[in-house]
Amino acid sequence: MIDTAAPAQADARPQSLSDLFFTFNRMSLQGFGGVLAVAQRELVERERWMTREQFVETLAVSQVLPGPNIVNMSLMIGDRHFGLRGAFAALAGMLLVPLVIVLALTALYAEFASHPMVSGALRGMGAVAAGLVISTALKLSTTLRKGAMGLGLGIGFAALTFVAVALLRWPLVWLLGGLGPIAVATAWYRLGR
Amino acid sequence: MTGLASALSASDLAALFAQFLLLSLLAVGGAITTAPEMHRFVVNQHGWITDAQFTASVAIAQAAPGPNVLFVAVIGWNVAGPLGALATMSGILLPSTALSLWATRWGHARRETRGVRAFTAGMAPLTLGLLLATGWVLAGPAAGHPGSMALVAATVLVMLRTQLSPIWAVAMGAVVGAAGWA
Repeated sequence: MIDTAAPAQADARPQSLSDLFFTFNRMSLQGFGGVLAVAQRELVERERWMTREQFVETLAVSQVLPGPNIVNMSLMIGDRHFGLRGAFAALAGMLLVPLVIVLALTALYAEFASHPMVSGALRGMGAVAAGLVISTALKLSTTLRKGAMGLGLGIGFAALTFVAVALLRWPLVWLLGGLGPIAVATAWYRLGR
Repeated sequence: MTGLASALSASDLAALFAQFLLLSLLAVGGAITTAPEMHRFVVNQHGWITDAQFTASVAIAQAAPGPNVLFVAVIGWNVAGPLGALATMSGILLPSTALSLWATRWGHARRETRGVRAFTAGMAPLTLGLLLATGWVLAGPAAGHPGSMALVAATVLVMLRTQLSPIWAVAMGAVVGAAGWA
């Protein structure tokens, strides 16, 4: 994997509440089929507010918590820099403008839906969205090398998760409740050595 | 699709709000994981929208920019207009937002402890596996369509090798798809 512009340390931070709002707004508006891929690029590679490791850690916590991952992440990042006001600035940036757009689309949908060019474009965008998520996962996999688990165990747990969710279609709760404690206990043991 | 006037009584709106408050706390892994339960409530139990409207709500939100959770607002809008969107969106966000803020502060204050470090280090590989699984599931509809599969592969390659912004990849996908090649 090539390291394209991933900082070893987060060397920047949001300057103000409006900086938070507009950064999350820009991210959200680029996020077709999910915002996570764009978030990784904007927060880690472009703004350099966090390292890949910090991004994965924040994502891990927001995945365990209920609620939309990317919304939880925006709350956490906003809160870390500007407290409650930061959390809501990031949340508003993430949701407000896209909400207006999606509701406008809802009103127009009936006219668009059956047009073959529109359904073709949606299929093409869907395929790209899948590729974006896969490439984000591969980029972030470089963080396994630095994890407390060690590279081998990290790859092992990631592979088990992939098989359970993608191929066996386990419900997420089983995975987090079953494999999660084993992974955390392993990390606990290795951190103590 | 419902117009601007709410089709629901105040007590129905309150029930809608309460249902989504509850779903918020069950939505581990994202709001989409509770879609089957939402479907049962608004389509089967109450008959507020049709099955086709429900599926279209999810599709619209995925085609639009922004977090996927916005499909919840579209469902609310289709059930009861703007008030419905307000009821479902605030319902799905309030509990998880409060919990996230509390958890992030609790964890951040203890981030150097062995427990918190073990938690984040232990969950990180699962997070990566989940992300890859999400990509795999999203790529499902592309299987069997050579053009779509080529788009998935080309996107992965371009994103790993270049600094191109994802928005251009999405635009290319739309053009290729609209031309009928996907």
